[in-house]
Amino acid sequence: MANVPENLHYSKDHEWVRVEGDIAVVGITDYAQNSLGDVVYVELPKVGEEFAANESFGSVESVKAVSEVFSPVSGTVAEVNEVLNDEPEKVNGDSYGEGWMIKVRMSNSGEVDSLLTAAEYEDFTKAETE
Amino acid sequence: MTAPALGLQKTPLNAAHHRMGGRMVDFGGWEMPVQYPAGTIEEHLRTRTHAGLFDVSHMGEIDVRGPGSIAFINSITSNDASKLIDGQAQYSALTTPEGTVIDDLLVYRFAADQLTLVVNAGTTIKDWDWVASQSRDESVELKNVSSEFCQLALQGPDALEILQKLTDLPLEDIKYYHFDQGGVDGVPAIVSRTGYTGEDGFEVYAAADKAEQLWDKILDVGNTGSPEGLLPCGLAARNTLRLEAALALYGHEIDETTTLLEANLGWICKFNKGDFVGRAALAKQKQEGLMRRLVGFEITERGIARDGQEVVVEGAKVGRVTSGSPAPFLKNNIGLAYVPVAFAGGGQQIHIDVRGRLVAAQIVKTPFYKRVR
Repeated sequence: MANVPENLHYSKDHEWVRVEGDIAVVGITDYAQNSLGDVVYVELPKVGEEFAANESFGSVESVKAVSEVFSPVSGTVAEVNEVLNDEPEKVNGDSYGEGWMIKVRMSNSGEVDSLLTAAEYEDFTKAETE
Repeated sequence: MTAPALGLQKTPLNAAHHRMGGRMVDFGGWEMPVQYPAGTIEEHLRTRTHAGLFDVSHMGEIDVRGPGSIAFINSITSNDASKLIDGQAQYSALTTPEGTVIDDLLVYRFAADQLTLVVNAGTTIKDWDWVASQSRDESVELKNVSSEFCQLALQGPDALEILQKLTDLPLEDIKYYHFDQGGVDGVPAIVSRTGYTGEDGFEVYAAADKAEQLWDKILDVGNTGSPEGLLPCGLAARNTLRLEAALALYGHEIDETTTLLEANLGWICKFNKGDFVGRAALAKQKQEGLMRRLVGFEITERGIARDGQEVVVEGAKVGRVTSGSPAPFLKNNIGLAYVPVAFAGGGQQIHIDVRGRLVAAQIVKTPFYKRVR
């Protein structure tokens, strides 16, 4: 089964959020990277761009397909993971670690509470595969 | 990500795909593996460097029998079936009266009065209806035998060595686009030196109920599981392999809106063989010249072109991408597109509209990949 760490928040679009003060670190889940297959290209926004919750901030491409990635929270991009430009495969290899995508300075940190817990996300992915 | 819908057709290898962890998708009404656990890139690379095994049992087969068989096939296809000898296969196309493509296919000649058309999966029913509607000669018997066969494609530089472990047929002696018949692991089979990957390899046809035996045995003698062994491959790798080799895929490069000449398939249009459906239209187009042509392009900055995206030259939309993808072996991003002939020359700079962003590309010679013989 897919790896779903306890300490993160999850969206129904298969992104994860790790809260570090007013910063939300965002990436895609193990379940999502596994469904996509080999990631060959990641398109990320620029630092300073603003996104509303659930707005698309970029895309991740496998050999076969393109998937948009959505920001689970509202805010301004504080940092992007430039490493993924040259090593997009880190999204497959370490989706919760070196495969992180953006850091968002949250404009409404309360939004995190409406995201799924690890247990809820696990149930959600189970329902989706059935 | 969602489970395939009910009512999909299944090949005789469906259970094997599930057992081996194939990710199953709906492909033109068939439940097929898009990839195995190794992943598309590894499957692609292994086929180029060692060998890959593909289930292509969803392809259709139409038997044509009787003394009028060759004349009939020649009247509905663009290549010249009268040039075939027993044991030879030919790439050809079913054409509309407009010279566009109903399907591309292989014609296998077993004897002058016994031939088989191997057609695409998604078009089998359409092809069968069309072929049957064109037959007016009572000496020609047609039969759709698609469900009786399994078809396995073993492709790559190690294909011959692997398959030779299971058969007494002298595989070295089967020339490209020829075939032989004999036992493979004791199963009566047709062994054809053909494929859709740009590699040397074989396609093996046998009774549908022997599919799993052959699949498992070929993987076993191919040392599957070892780092240089044979890998089972899904449809995604089949697609990227054929794209690197710039082979047309029905529904993408060719369909009923594209002529054979536009698709660079003039080499299978034999105007001197006598009349065939679409001959007049194709001859006229050849004489008048083409408006557009299928070309290969390579992306020259960051970005991946995808099927259906627009080709832009100097701000104007001039054409459309028919297939676009990363090329795992060539390690670049490539595609095929229709463009006006004025922009079809090698080195021509174009842009691809990738979801609103114009990405630079240039037209290059095809095939993108050609194996060293």
